[in-house]
Amino acid sequence: MKVAKDLVAASATPMVLGILAEQENYGYAILRRINELSGGELDWTEGLLYPLLHRLERLGFVESNWRSVAGERRRKYYRVTDRGLAELVEQRRQWDTVVDTLKEIWLGDRRPLEVLA
Amino acid sequence: MTAQDELEAQFAQWRQHVQRRSELRPADADELEDHLRGSVEELVSIGLSPDEAFLVAVKRMGSLDELSREFAVEHSERLWKQLVLPGESDHTVEKGRSRRDLWVMIGCAAGAAVSIKVPELFGMSMEKHAAFYAPNFTLFTLPWLAGFLAWRHQAGRVVIGIVAALFVLGAVAANIYPLGENSQSIVVSTIHLPIALWLVVGLAYVADDWRSSRRRMDFIRFTGEWFVYLVLIGLGGGVLTAFMFGTFEAIGIKPDTFIGQWLVPCGAMAAVVVAGWLVEAKQSVVENIAPVLGRLFTPLFTAVLLAFLGAVVWTSAGIDVERQALILFDALLVVVLGLLLYSMSARDPLAPPGLFDKLQLALVVSALAIDVLVLMEITGRITEFGTTPNKAAALGENAILLANLAWSAWLLLRFLRRGTPFASLERWQTGYLPVYAVWAWVVVLVFPPVFGYF
Repeated sequence: MKVAKDLVAASATPMVLGILAEQENYGYAILRRINELSGGELDWTEGLLYPLLHRLERLGFVESNWRSVAGERRRKYYRVTDRGLAELVEQRRQWDTVVDTLKEIWLGDRRPLEVLA
Repeated sequence: MTAQDELEAQFAQWRQHVQRRSELRPADADELEDHLRGSVEELVSIGLSPDEAFLVAVKRMGSLDELSREFAVEHSERLWKQLVLPGESDHTVEKGRSRRDLWVMIGCAAGAAVSIKVPELFGMSMEKHAAFYAPNFTLFTLPWLAGFLAWRHQAGRVVIGIVAALFVLGAVAANIYPLGENSQSIVVSTIHLPIALWLVVGLAYVADDWRSSRRRMDFIRFTGEWFVYLVLIGLGGGVLTAFMFGTFEAIGIKPDTFIGQWLVPCGAMAAVVVAGWLVEAKQSVVENIAPVLGRLFTPLFTAVLLAFLGAVVWTSAGIDVERQALILFDALLVVVLGLLLYSMSARDPLAPPGLFDKLQLALVVSALAIDVLVLMEITGRITEFGTTPNKAAALGENAILLANLAWSAWLLLRFLRRGTPFASLERWQTGYLPVYAVWAWVVVLVFPPVFGYF
């Protein structure tokens, strides 16, 4: 299964902010985590992730700095800011609305997916 | 070579590819390299060889084209090549160099701005001694520009000595002759000394390579860009002056003395140096604009000149050669020469003849035809009424430009018929530069005594 491009783009910001809200992190690890959590279904490209991180930084939602954690090589770590957390809350509210609505619709319709297709 | 070395070499090669993209900054390359390394490490840990892991990791990252496109959407400003000022560059060696350039330039510009006020210490006010400032004004700024360029291009002692001596000669020529305030010779000197001194600046620019045709062509390019930048700075300065005048007047302070005596003269002198520095600093950053203007206006000028020739034939009207006419047609030849030079300066010398070269030939030939008509009229006048410094200078210029353009037309024709390479046209133009210099010096040094200081 492949998730549509528009959907990937729309959900990327809350996902990145959510992951960074857990702890500060660097690009490759963020990508790994997305991959893991989605069971390999969401396969982000670097061309999606890094420009997105840079955009979030420009908007002031995340901060970055280059440093090396014990024994590792130097990496660019991203950390969510207070503004970023506020944005995340707002996005979660919106996504909750969307997801809840979809659930309502789909729970009312008990036919299996194969029949619909 | 161990597998690790090989991997490092591959990373280095990959980095080079990434750095060629203007959308990707070195910091981005670092970040992407770290990502690639992470990916490689993971693949190695599940049993791939470093070589295979690298290939797979690069493949996963996708094509650089796509990656740069994604970066460009976020960083669109990077597609506009920016003039990097010192301190912003990522490269430390370049940073040091451009910072030194900046400071030397500021020193030279300040020197030029101060120089124009020095004569005032000796009682030469700008208001009352216009006859002193008119022929001398380039002497206050061009030595500073020449100094900056000679420093930047590391001119040898001999060249610096010659440049300095020529500036002294210029200063002597501008001031030694007892010319009246209303004499024609002052006007003629005021026009020709800047030309002579500009070519001295050229000598400082080409430095020790003064025989090299390529370096001389570089100076021609420099001149075009310098002029464009000077005009732009002038426009900005005009806006600044207008605001300054308006705002201060609104609070009852009249700034006209400050503007007229300080801001405009000092600013103009400094702008000459700043424009030179800008051309040097942005050389590899921004596309040259002079050749673009050349290409844009060549067809338009050709059309106007052909229409004019057509009108002359159609109405069979003789050209009314008034006093100003010869100057006007000199200026026309200069413009045509400029169009030719700057279109040439950006042309690939190895490209085969094309439509544009034919257009240029048409432009040059029509300008020549018009000029011959004018010359026939004017020589009659001179033999009739005798000559003056004005007429003699204008006529001399006309002859020099005519000779240049006639031979250029011949070379262009030969080139179109594939008889000579394009480079011979370029060599002709660069070889001709000393002719302008010699003529300008002759006018400045020899004309006043010959015409009895009239």
